[in-house]
Amino acid sequence: MWKYVVKRFLLMFPTLIGVAMLAFLLLRIVPGDIVEARLMGSGGAFVTAQMIAEERAQYGLDQPLWRQFAGWMWGLARLDFGRSMWTGAPIGEEIKLRFALSLQVAVMASVVATVLAIPLGVLAALKQDTWIDYAVRIFSIAGLATPSFWLGIVIILGFLIIFRWLPPMVYTPFWVDPWQNLAQLIWPALAVGYRYSAVATRMTRSAMLDVLREDYIRTARAKGLWMKLILVRHALKNAMLPVVTVIGIEFAFLLGGLVVTEQVFNLNGLGMLFVESVARRDYTLTQALVMLTASAFIVVNFLMDVMYAWLDPRIRYR
Amino acid sequence: MAISRPVETAELPVSSRRRQWAAAVLDFARRRPLGAAGALIVLLMIGVAITATAIAPYDPLAVDFGAMLSPPSAEHWLGTDAFGRDVLSRLVYGSRTALIIGFGAAFFAATVGAVLGVASAYFAGRIDLFVQRIMDVFISFPLIILALAMVAILGNSLPNLIVAITIPMVPRAALVIRSSALSVREMPYVDAARASGFGHARIILRHMLPNVMAPYLIMLTAFLGQAILAEASLSFLGLGVQEPVAAWGLMLRGAAVQFAETAPWMAIFPGFAISLAVFAFNLFGDSLRDALDPRLRTQ
Repeated sequence: MWKYVVKRFLLMFPTLIGVAMLAFLLLRIVPGDIVEARLMGSGGAFVTAQMIAEERAQYGLDQPLWRQFAGWMWGLARLDFGRSMWTGAPIGEEIKLRFALSLQVAVMASVVATVLAIPLGVLAALKQDTWIDYAVRIFSIAGLATPSFWLGIVIILGFLIIFRWLPPMVYTPFWVDPWQNLAQLIWPALAVGYRYSAVATRMTRSAMLDVLREDYIRTARAKGLWMKLILVRHALKNAMLPVVTVIGIEFAFLLGGLVVTEQVFNLNGLGMLFVESVARRDYTLTQALVMLTASAFIVVNFLMDVMYAWLDPRIRYR
Repeated sequence: MAISRPVETAELPVSSRRRQWAAAVLDFARRRPLGAAGALIVLLMIGVAITATAIAPYDPLAVDFGAMLSPPSAEHWLGTDAFGRDVLSRLVYGSRTALIIGFGAAFFAATVGAVLGVASAYFAGRIDLFVQRIMDVFISFPLIILALAMVAILGNSLPNLIVAITIPMVPRAALVIRSSALSVREMPYVDAARASGFGHARIILRHMLPNVMAPYLIMLTAFLGQAILAEASLSFLGLGVQEPVAAWGLMLRGAAVQFAETAPWMAIFPGFAISLAVFAFNLFGDSLRDALDPRLRTQ
């Protein structure tokens, strides 16, 4: 077991370094840099080539690529992300509030998804090939098909046209006014949560169907055990593993992947920050954001693999 | 298997072969009504895309400042947008964009993924480990940054957009197809091919690829809907298809949100079109997957 955990742990590092290299190179292949982005904002009049060169040197952009990369890696190794090229503030400060917002929406969406998905998925599996199963499947396939950002537009429109009311559009931290905070964030959480629940419902249904065919379920029924007990103790418990996995992976995706929905709901989350920082060619901030979302994803995957190995000894030592 | 072509087909006369196909299609429709409904919607959509010039009531690019933001009426069934362009006509033409990008991206993603997955499984060892790490990197890389960067580097023409949508999907196809290919590699006919002295490329392309057709088709149909959704999101962000081309995601951008309260038809109908298209592809894909490989029922 430990051998597997250590091996799997070490495998995270090549991936992380690969992500870092890809982010670093992509940003530098994209035309334009921070100096040009800044001068574009100021109109670009009276700019000499020497001024541009001096500005570039200030950000270390005149250094050879390998040295820039090595400098960044050395910082990362000490958990020092540096400062934002655009604002000059430490990256941690820049990201903190945005991250809190994205995290809260992701957590709320996960709750919405789990609460919907598990009962629906179990129900569909138990009533396989009846109209209930068909209804659940259509509901969940529709969830996969509906763009979250459009669902967000429809939610806002619905409130506006039917109730003449708009959800609050300005962010209030939870600790300042929990009610105001939830009244704003519940809608994006629902818009994203529908798709998310669809993924989880489908997984619950198919995992339950697999488990219900296992011999130990037949044995339990043959013993005359109460069906509800079989469902909770035997079936659901064993079907949860893949369900928890998709919930975890979707959660990791949500942390950095809300870009479009944030635009619709005017949320200043990580997704917005991503778009802004790329538009400004703020290399340090963009790189930090890429590393943050990628490591969330990589760590969740690692934890899932370890959990699998721990719960199911057949998987170990591949 | 309901829809796979029977082996002896080759010896049958054309008419009876056709009858067999009809029987297979009918059988699929009877056993999987949801899938058949999905296939029907997809076929309708393809029909609409092909005959767009004939069925669209207006030119999708024709600006009419006399009829800006007019609500659905007898002249404009689904209303007009902020430039007075007919929404229905733009939806009809938008199906072309959606289908080209959907089929293009899904085909390239599944095909490149299949070749990578099979090659990775075939060579095994260090090459496999290396390919897997590269795939890991692309899977954990934030999609939006990848798309933003691709569009910024390549520019946003239609082919480049297809490339930008394809790249994040390739590793997922490679992962799934590699795991099927691992068992194919252990088959005696692969050993036989190797013993006969065939080259790597020939074994991979002629002997292994045809035997991972089931997961390949499954990934392909799953990607169709996802590619259409990705295109819609990118166009909505302004990174996809550019004005004045008719595309569903683009129709939701800008004016549609700005005037949503007074002209909700601009925001509602394109979203319905996207959802219906993806819904149909998913229904069909799901049933196809159940028919082809019951083990892959998950996700």
